Amino acid sequence: MTETDETNIKIQVRGLSKVFGSQPKKALELRNQGKKRPEILEKTGQTLGLSNIDFDVREGELLVIMGLSGSGKSTLIRCLNRLIEPTEGDIVIDGQNIPKLSEKELLECRRRHFSMVFQNFALFPHKTVQENAEYGLEVRGIEKKSRVESARNSLKQVGLDGWEDAYPSQLSGGMQQRVGLARALANDSTVMLMDEAFSALDPLIRKDMQQELIELQHRMKKTTIFITHDLDEAISIGDRIILLKDGEVVQMGTPEDILTRPADDYVARFVEGVDMSRIFTANSAMRSVRATARDSDGPRTVLRKMSDNGLDSIYVIGRDRTLLGIVNVDDVDAAAKAGKDTINELIQNDFPKAGPDEPMNNLFAMFNDKSYPIAIVDDNQRLLGVVVKGAVLEKLAEAGEH
Amino acid sequence: MAIDIPRIPLGDGIEGGLDFLTSHYSMVTRGISRVTQSGITVLNDGLMWLPEWALMAIIALICWRVANLRLGIGAVLGLALIWNLGLWDPMIETLTLVVIATVVAVVIAMPLGVLAAISDRFYSLIMPVLDFMQTMPAFVYLIPAIPFFGIGSVSAIFATVIFSMPPAIRFTTLGIRQVPKDLIEAADAFGATRSQKLIKIQFPLSLPTIMAGINQTIMLALSMVVIAAMIGADGLGSEVWRAIQRLRPGDGFEAGIAVVILAMLLDRITQALRKPKKKTS
Repeated sequence: MTETDETNIKIQVRGLSKVFGSQPKKALELRNQGKKRPEILEKTGQTLGLSNIDFDVREGELLVIMGLSGSGKSTLIRCLNRLIEPTEGDIVIDGQNIPKLSEKELLECRRRHFSMVFQNFALFPHKTVQENAEYGLEVRGIEKKSRVESARNSLKQVGLDGWEDAYPSQLSGGMQQRVGLARALANDSTVMLMDEAFSALDPLIRKDMQQELIELQHRMKKTTIFITHDLDEAISIGDRIILLKDGEVVQMGTPEDILTRPADDYVARFVEGVDMSRIFTANSAMRSVRATARDSDGPRTVLRKMSDNGLDSIYVIGRDRTLLGIVNVDDVDAAAKAGKDTINELIQNDFPKAGPDEPMNNLFAMFNDKSYPIAIVDDNQRLLGVVVKGAVLEKLAEAGEH
Repeated sequence: MAIDIPRIPLGDGIEGGLDFLTSHYSMVTRGISRVTQSGITVLNDGLMWLPEWALMAIIALICWRVANLRLGIGAVLGLALIWNLGLWDPMIETLTLVVIATVVAVVIAMPLGVLAAISDRFYSLIMPVLDFMQTMPAFVYLIPAIPFFGIGSVSAIFATVIFSMPPAIRFTTLGIRQVPKDLIEAADAFGATRSQKLIKIQFPLSLPTIMAGINQTIMLALSMVVIAAMIGADGLGSEVWRAIQRLRPGDGFEAGIAVVILAMLLDRITQALRKPKKKTS
């Protein structure tokens, strides 16, 4: 992925490093000489938590930072709001360089920009669900009335209305994390940090929460940074994924980039366990349409387009590439022979259609006996491309090899 | 072969220091003395002004509300016994001293405890001091109290405060340090200031532990107030003291039992306060 749109970057991280220990300079010097974490630890007793991390967080995206324990992902997310002091590097959010902020500016920055959801929920046991949800606003000194309202709203968002007066200990794990989520949402900060937010939940609840997060995120377009050690989770929720290993970025890209083009063995080994047919989407098997007919074309023109491209059916589009339907060669041929000058009444609607995010294993079932290629359309019904049966089989076979 | 090492004049040094304090800060000590004395008088007179049955009813009601009916009934029986033995007034005097000493000790201990929880340096500084305060035989505090505040109840309170303060400090520190780290992190992540964390998170969460400390302080204060009879403090202690001097074990035990009853009531009430009305299972 290339950085196409600079204006939409929310956080810019450059050269971020963190050394745990009393002589960070020494460790960084060795790092600059090309030494790796274990060697630095052995020579100086300093742990190189993060080394020279560069990445951007785009406005409104759900960025997943993934790595095994010890990869530095928790350190990284805590460096962003300086729960852990970075040793060097820049973290720029809306023009403010976080490591350079004074104590007071930092508080202000945390209140405005960051709200955090924690692995073990970190709810305040002496506060009710409602009071927990209000916490961020309370800290900011928002008056009682409006913070009660915001908290109530965000509790409703996560499906907890009616539980306002309960205490966290009366709730199940999944519900507790909803409170954690509500607490973060109520704050209406610009960025949400989620630290292994679903890792403590049991698998079924976890899946639900992932779905809900995706929906929430699409609805609210909140810039979210999500930490996880679970590739399945990363792939199912992430717009983009950053893979960390030993405090360094191994790969950065969309879930599909990472699955189809693992940067190295480390990533490849991660990817091994993933069910590829679930991951591949229509997008990856889609090819551009060789030819389309316009609704204003006459039968002869359409016939010509079909024979030029060796097709026995062709998709018909209107203005703005809106997909109208499909016509097949026999009908058009008959119409041409009958001397008609429009194809409008030949257009059929019994063709398979899917969005670009449709998983591959769903696509396979969609091919009908007429073997029309599957039309891939966007939300506005514009034709993006087609998927033919062969491409799906090929991709599924490829997935089987992994 | 004995080597003649000169004896370190530790005691002389301490005495010199105390003399210096008493002569140069007599204004301060006299001020403290006057304020404390009037506090004692007001509280004592107030409690004495109430008829015995009324105070008994109040204490029983408190016991019932914060703990249970059984403790309320126990309070009535115990206090009635003290009344019957003619030890009501000394009991009130002792209670007054305990209450005032505890309040002063807690007021001093809280900020120190919080400070020790926040600052590791202050923690390592104050812990040996607390060890010293707690292990020094209680009687020793009585001696410097006299030149400072003269014979009587003020000296008793001075010695009692020093003797009973350490647990309140320790438990406050312990309670605040025991607040789970992830909760502090959560508060930090939302941009809470240090005082917001302290007041809204750390303090409420450490309240049960702090209350345990206050309970200890009250118990120590009671035991010290009794001992302080040796320097002229009024109350049940002086009853015991008189019994010793006259060799009358019966009187001694009667006053002693009154102390036990008072101790048990104070202990049960503060213990019950420790467990706040549980809202959760």
